[in-house]
Amino acid sequence: MANFYTDNPEIKFQLSHPLMKRIVELKERSFADKDKYDYAPQNFEDAIDSYDRVLELTGDISANVIAQNAEDVDAEGPHCENGRVRYASKTYENLDTTVKAGLNGVTMPRRYGGLNFPCVPYTAINEMIATADAGFENIWSLQDCIETLYEFGDEDQRQRYVPRVCKGETMSMDLTEPDAGSDLQSVMLKATYSEEEGCWLLNGCKRFITNGDSDIHLVLARSEEGTKDGRGLSMFIYDKNQGGVNVRRIENKLGIHGSPTCELVYKNAKAELCGSRKLGLIKYVMALMNGARLGIAAQSVGISQAAYNEGLAYAKDRKQFGKAIINFPAVYDMLALMKAKLDAGRSLLYATARYVDIYKALEDIARERTLTPEERQEMKTFSRLADAFTPLSKGMNSEYCNQNSYDSIQIHGGSGFMLEYACQRLYRDARITSIYEGTTQLQVVAAIRYVTNGFYGQHIADLEKEAVAPEFQALKERVAKMGARYNACVGKVVELKDQEYQDLVARHLYEMAADIIMCHLILADASKDANLFGKSARVYVNFVTAEIEKHASFVENLNPADVADYRQVESTE
Amino acid sequence: MSLKIVVLAKQVPDTRNVGPDAMTPEGTVNRAALPAVFNPEDLNALEQALRLKEQFPGSSISVVTMGLPKSAEVIREALYRGADEGYVITDRCLGGADTLATSYTLSQAIKKIGDYDIILGGRQAIDGDTAQVGPQIAEKLGLTQVTYAEEILKLDPVAKKIVIKRHIDGGVETVEAPLPLVVTVNGSAAPCRPRNAKRVMKYKNATAPAERTPEQNEAMAEMLAKKPYLNITQWGAAEIDADPEQIGKTGSPTNVKAVKNIVFKAKESRTMTSSDADVEGLIVELLESNTIG
Repeated sequence: MANFYTDNPEIKFQLSHPLMKRIVELKERSFADKDKYDYAPQNFEDAIDSYDRVLELTGDISANVIAQNAEDVDAEGPHCENGRVRYASKTYENLDTTVKAGLNGVTMPRRYGGLNFPCVPYTAINEMIATADAGFENIWSLQDCIETLYEFGDEDQRQRYVPRVCKGETMSMDLTEPDAGSDLQSVMLKATYSEEEGCWLLNGCKRFITNGDSDIHLVLARSEEGTKDGRGLSMFIYDKNQGGVNVRRIENKLGIHGSPTCELVYKNAKAELCGSRKLGLIKYVMALMNGARLGIAAQSVGISQAAYNEGLAYAKDRKQFGKAIINFPAVYDMLALMKAKLDAGRSLLYATARYVDIYKALEDIARERTLTPEERQEMKTFSRLADAFTPLSKGMNSEYCNQNSYDSIQIHGGSGFMLEYACQRLYRDARITSIYEGTTQLQVVAAIRYVTNGFYGQHIADLEKEAVAPEFQALKERVAKMGARYNACVGKVVELKDQEYQDLVARHLYEMAADIIMCHLILADASKDANLFGKSARVYVNFVTAEIEKHASFVENLNPADVADYRQVESTE
Repeated sequence: MSLKIVVLAKQVPDTRNVGPDAMTPEGTVNRAALPAVFNPEDLNALEQALRLKEQFPGSSISVVTMGLPKSAEVIREALYRGADEGYVITDRCLGGADTLATSYTLSQAIKKIGDYDIILGGRQAIDGDTAQVGPQIAEKLGLTQVTYAEEILKLDPVAKKIVIKRHIDGGVETVEAPLPLVVTVNGSAAPCRPRNAKRVMKYKNATAPAERTPEQNEAMAEMLAKKPYLNITQWGAAEIDADPEQIGKTGSPTNVKAVKNIVFKAKESRTMTSSDADVEGLIVELLESNTIG
């Protein structure tokens, strides 16, 4: 029987990273739960063994239930009936399976009924479910919103909401509006406090809300009358049991058909404030988005894996000119590159997850006691790393999964263009990943300060110092040269002090930084396990060598005077 | 009202995923080449038990298996899905049992567990395909049996009655039966739910004594004292008061005389044209042989 975990040892490899020891120690508070809960680990090895087993069962249901339903879910899709969402029938089966498997509230503390798993195993569950069905992954992974409620809600709210999510109730984050997409400062949904009702009332509408008929919503709304920017926005919790929010319609989308994208109408919907007023966008949504972005990175890796699986299976099976097409260099070249992007992108994904784990665990400990100065420093370091790595991980992996699903169809030839093969669904599903939770262009915006302030440059320099296995030393040196070339490009851009020019070349600098970091990560992986990652490391460094050449020569040859050629209109508002 | 439910489970070689080395040159099953799995229809039975437990809170599910010590794996699999306790019936003298000896042994174990309301098992195991053990247990315990069950529609614990939909040739049949009884569940019944993450973490170290080396026994002693649910009950022939004449090879009247390897050959194929005469000739022939009609 297929199993997305045991079939892909690259995932389990992530559990062996040296930082896991620190992550588990922090998340488990030195195993304080060991005698309180019968499912709590006794020590580090026990914790890793538990993650391994839960990932194995996830790999099983992903391959044998969710993936089997994916085609039907894609064809049927959800429907809007009397203001409510009715999922595709197999979506209910998927939900029933994941709830019975206990894959809800994965990262939440045990005292609320959660599994208390770090972000690393959560990410692994996430990517396997996405490999099975990216649309269903959306519904499932919105449980991540509970992190934000847990972090910023009060104890009473935690006790009322977290256990419900751990039991399988679904969530949504209601942010986007018709006139507020990438620019969330323009959110207009109105929140007014009613003395009579003793609660907040929400009025207005939201658009493009994933799983908009969920049980528990986090809603961004304007609580400060007369304000126009982000400082007038607060975060609210809306419980579906209260009533007052209806689904007006469900969008007809290119992909992720299993996931209902809703237009919502709020009519005096009773809601409660989460956290402090006015911090809705500037603090809470930023936290929410960082988690969601890592989620999309995991979803992207999952789709990349599925695209590779489909391409590989077809190339082995399909015969032309008397042999299986996988034997033709033009075909295996595509597959090798797909695998290299998948492996390098996954390595970046889990590096980010580890950084998130350490700072989040320390942040949580800080709610219980004062951190030591060393711990505070550690939290700061890892928080910064997480913040710098999240946009790289989301942007690059979402682009890679688009490229991989494109190549997967290419390998299928004409058959891939027909709707019978899974590769076309993957291609459609992949397309949204580089758009939602911040487009790739916005990931560049989030990352560019780490380019210009030298953070990535310094990180690359640190990575260069790490030893690799002798067989990869030559590649390591090649990557070091790329680092020098990157630094020179960044130097040129910073020195010019021309904002528009910088914005124009930003994508190139961003990709160079990400490419070089991924080279170092995959070389480190290959040094630990050459069987698993050796080929990918060599293929990826070859690929990136050419990529760096491309990006660097663009930046080197483009000057501020050339910017005018790129502008399509002269007017700037 | 709570129920005491017994589920019969068997560890079998996975004959659904047969590779080239699934058979030995002698024509017997090469058990080493086939992974050992939870007999599929026993999983269907377990699901019915779990649904009853949900419906009647406080109910308990005891899973019983007979086999080598490693068959405790099916007990763990059942615990991961929601069963409450398990019994491994293992003993050298139980080896070589046919369905008669097996059903005797299992019925002795069930008697010892006692006080049961319903005994559920799969219709048949994918290694032997006899479908005899469930019915034979019912006979030995003097209980009503409902075979080929697809769904338990209703259970009235006060009136001690159960309504079951069963799969029959060309349709379904709904029957009412008294409790306690034996129900064998068909593969067309609802599939079993997945393993549950928390339960996997809770029960992953559950073992039967025979699975543990003396060193492991020692290492686990403290844990077992604290968490007795990690010890899977193990019974041998003596613990279930089995009559030595009725168990194992001695108690098995079945004798396998020979196993033949049959290879189907397409030697009887004929080629004919699509002419009316050929087609008509074929139809007449098929009618005469009652192949169609």
